[in-house]
Amino acid sequence: MKRIPRTARRGVTVGLAITSVALLTACGTAQGGGGSAASEAPTELGDMEGQVSILAWPGYVEDGSNDPAVDWVTPFTDDTGCKVTVKTFGTSDEALNLMKTGDYDVVSASGDASLRLVAAGDVAPVNTDLIPNYENIYPFLKDQSWNSVDGVPYGVPHGYGANLLMYNTEVFPTAPTSWDVVFDKSGDYAGKVTAYDSPIYIADAAVYLMAHNPELGIENPYALDEEQLAAAVDLLKQQRANIGEYWSDYLKEIQAFTTGDTVVGTSWQVIQNVLASEGATTDVVLPEEGATGWSDTWMIASEAKNPNCAYAWLDYIASPEANAAATSYFGEAPSSDQACEFRDDCEAYHAGDADYASQIWYWSTPIEECLDGRTDVKCTDYAAWTAAWQEIKG
Amino acid sequence: MRLSRLSRTTLGVVTALILVIVYVPLFVVLVNSFSTSTSLTWPPPGFTLEWWQKAFQSAGAMEAVLTSVQIAIIATLVSLALGTLISLALQRFDFFGRDAISLLVILPIALPGIITGIALNNFFRTIMGVPLSIWTVVIAHATFCIVTVFNNVIARLRRMGTSLEEASADLGAGVWTTFRLVTFPQLRSALLAGGLLAFALSFDEIIVTTFTAGSGVTTLPIFILNNMFRPNQAPIVSVIAVVLVLVSIIPIYLAQRLSSDTEQKAP
Amino acid sequence: MTMNATAPASARNAASALEPGTPGASPRAGVPRPKRTPARRASVFLSTHPRTRLALLLAAPLFWLGIVYIVALVLLLVTAFWSVDSFTGEITQEWTLDNIVTVLTGSLYQTVTLRTVGVALLVTIIDVAFALPIAFFMAKVASRRMQRILLIAVLTPLWASYLVKAYAWRSVLSQDGIWEWLVAPFGGSTPGYGLPATIITLAYLWLPYVILPIYAGLERVPDSLLEASADLGGKTWPTLRHVVLPLTMPAIIAGTIFSFSLSLGDYITVNIVGGANQMLGNLVYTNVGAANNLPLAAAIALIPIAIIFGYLFLVRRTGALDNL
Repeated sequence: MKRIPRTARRGVTVGLAITSVALLTACGTAQGGGGSAASEAPTELGDMEGQVSILAWPGYVEDGSNDPAVDWVTPFTDDTGCKVTVKTFGTSDEALNLMKTGDYDVVSASGDASLRLVAAGDVAPVNTDLIPNYENIYPFLKDQSWNSVDGVPYGVPHGYGANLLMYNTEVFPTAPTSWDVVFDKSGDYAGKVTAYDSPIYIADAAVYLMAHNPELGIENPYALDEEQLAAAVDLLKQQRANIGEYWSDYLKEIQAFTTGDTVVGTSWQVIQNVLASEGATTDVVLPEEGATGWSDTWMIASEAKNPNCAYAWLDYIASPEANAAATSYFGEAPSSDQACEFRDDCEAYHAGDADYASQIWYWSTPIEECLDGRTDVKCTDYAAWTAAWQEIKG
Repeated sequence: MRLSRLSRTTLGVVTALILVIVYVPLFVVLVNSFSTSTSLTWPPPGFTLEWWQKAFQSAGAMEAVLTSVQIAIIATLVSLALGTLISLALQRFDFFGRDAISLLVILPIALPGIITGIALNNFFRTIMGVPLSIWTVVIAHATFCIVTVFNNVIARLRRMGTSLEEASADLGAGVWTTFRLVTFPQLRSALLAGGLLAFALSFDEIIVTTFTAGSGVTTLPIFILNNMFRPNQAPIVSVIAVVLVLVSIIPIYLAQRLSSDTEQKAP
Repeated sequence: MTMNATAPASARNAASALEPGTPGASPRAGVPRPKRTPARRASVFLSTHPRTRLALLLAAPLFWLGIVYIVALVLLLVTAFWSVDSFTGEITQEWTLDNIVTVLTGSLYQTVTLRTVGVALLVTIIDVAFALPIAFFMAKVASRRMQRILLIAVLTPLWASYLVKAYAWRSVLSQDGIWEWLVAPFGGSTPGYGLPATIITLAYLWLPYVILPIYAGLERVPDSLLEASADLGGKTWPTLRHVVLPLTMPAIIAGTIFSFSLSLGDYITVNIVGGANQMLGNLVYTNVGAANNLPLAAAIALIPIAIIFGYLFLVRRTGALDNL
């Protein structure tokens, strides 16, 4: 799930992508069983089918129809003869429903959707030997809980990013080092603090509590038992009093920081890049507590009608040039160092910096079965988080 | 009541003031369409024609406009047909349940769009098992557009009275002939006014559309929403809005002329 | 981009396609001689059986509204009495009052309902206050030509997308926006983002929808009545109060239905200019979109539905429903 267009697409909600879904619970317990074993990854590829149908977040598959200069589909079609049809979706739920129709060969899945797709048997394991560009992908993106099951890869990582702390440099002559400026010290900037408008933002509070209230015993910001959730909610309610506005879209955030209506809060690197290019006095920092973030995966349908073109797409979109184009258009770090050769802003995104990446808690859907492995308590699920979030906003 | 010169002037000034307020935000949009700021910040740091150029090259924008026009035309036609039928029934007949039906027509516009939206979304997807498409949007739009046609037509029917229709029937014209040659010509300008409003309503609707559009269906408002969140595209949206406002003056003006002409002809 | 030109044009074409000749405009304006065709027999049957005529007129619209709208609405309301299985995410079709109880007792819902109704009421009052003078000027003062120009001036903003206008207000109300720039010399300042901004923006967005019915209502007040009042010695204000206002009341109420109900369900404007506030629409939206909890969303939706029904019931007798 992510940031820019998609999440914000419907205006408000957002990480809406992340659904309630205890379905995930099912996948937590039934890996191996479920659909995962149902389909095998192919061992070799055949002839191109001449077409491929892709289900993607808006902005991931651009063929020049929005802006003739933004086009990485045409070269793919020229190379492989695979004509691309794209369908974009606004939420992970929508993606799940659409994948069930069986009309799509490839899907770009976010951290929450990916495991549900695996559990439902809608996507197949991927034979990475057939994807030459897989080799170059950053090791810290491979074999992660949101793209692999029991060490079997179900897709190819696409891009990733962190939810950073943005501040106005005139208000903060020295960069803040801690999230406390939006939590415990947010009163100093009352009415000018911003936060991401989604229940998933509760995880940001949990990351802060992990560092500052160790007695709560939070091990994973997406695995909160009731007591831990209550602590996070309290923290966010205090913060609410000082919030100027919550943001869920890119444009709103940029405007508010440019005009000074907002001086501190969560943000994305791409927003900082736009602000910097417009001469705004802002900067971003990854605070010492760490941060939340996202990482997306390209997956292949288990009943793909055009598996060869699908493999070709996975390889192509992982290729340095295409990956650079897509992730740069979107404002996230690419999946390989090679891609960075086609981008001049990789440093800004800390691409390939494993230390940096390790400080990010990638978005996952909170489920009843604690993601941190605790079995003595039940964790709060996404439905509980949504209710809590509405309560916080009041 | 005769208004004094002073009160006429005061009213004129107030009207002018209100119009100024109405046009200030549109002026902001106009200026933003030339702004070098990609995020529509005010005041614009500089001016450029880039967005105007890009907007006219944007196949996505053109396609979205076409989609919206298609939906609005079909929805308007459907609501014209249904709205006329229902107003004929309610105006020309007195029957049990008449009030309930007039309430039924108003309901889709009186209930908040999000309710209509989720109700229809639930109905299409879960109950009927129909995948969302351009047609589900048309159905939804036509449903809440009926009321604009209904109101215009029923008001006209009320003013028309029935004497001409009765004369036609007395002269031996059948039901259909009377409608065609007597009723319809008198309704024409009301249909035009109702149709225009229905078109406008459908064209700019976003909330119900969000819930009823298939994911491949990009109407103009959905395109605009998407573009607000695409990097570096926001000013294009301003260009589209400015063009729409300018272009819309022509049909509104024509519709106006046409309806006031017919009204003068048939007092 | 010619869509606006094509729209009314096509409506017109469609209209003239249905209609072969206007009386007076065409030489064959006379009524055709009756023939004993089946169509003729059907016509005779229809003119002697008004009930059948009525049934035929109502069949299509009632089928449409009944099947599409009412069934959908009722099913949504029924959903409010179901629940979502937190394990599978599927809707469990077992009757429960849980959602209703949650909505009725949760302080969150009370707060947000009060806030939303307050916003909708203020928006409505502002809109009527703005619409009355301008509609009156258009209908009773302006020349025919001026009237046409004003009507265009009022209708034109409708075509600049809702979203674009909402973002324009965001810009106007910002800390260094036009508002601040205008009032700062007089010691004022922008209200910033929040409920006042939401009210201003919503009032702006719905203003044309309120002006139109009031203008149409005023147009229907015959000038002769006003003359009569004046001849009987009625001064301007008493005439306005005792003659014009009662006659226009249904039209005013019709306008308020638009502004009130459109504000009641809005969730996009408050998101753009409303600061940290949420309204009922946001709660419904979040529960459908993010939480996948349609039953709870449906239960929340009952609040605005009840409010609107109450409002419609109150104004039904005024005849406002015929004036939308």
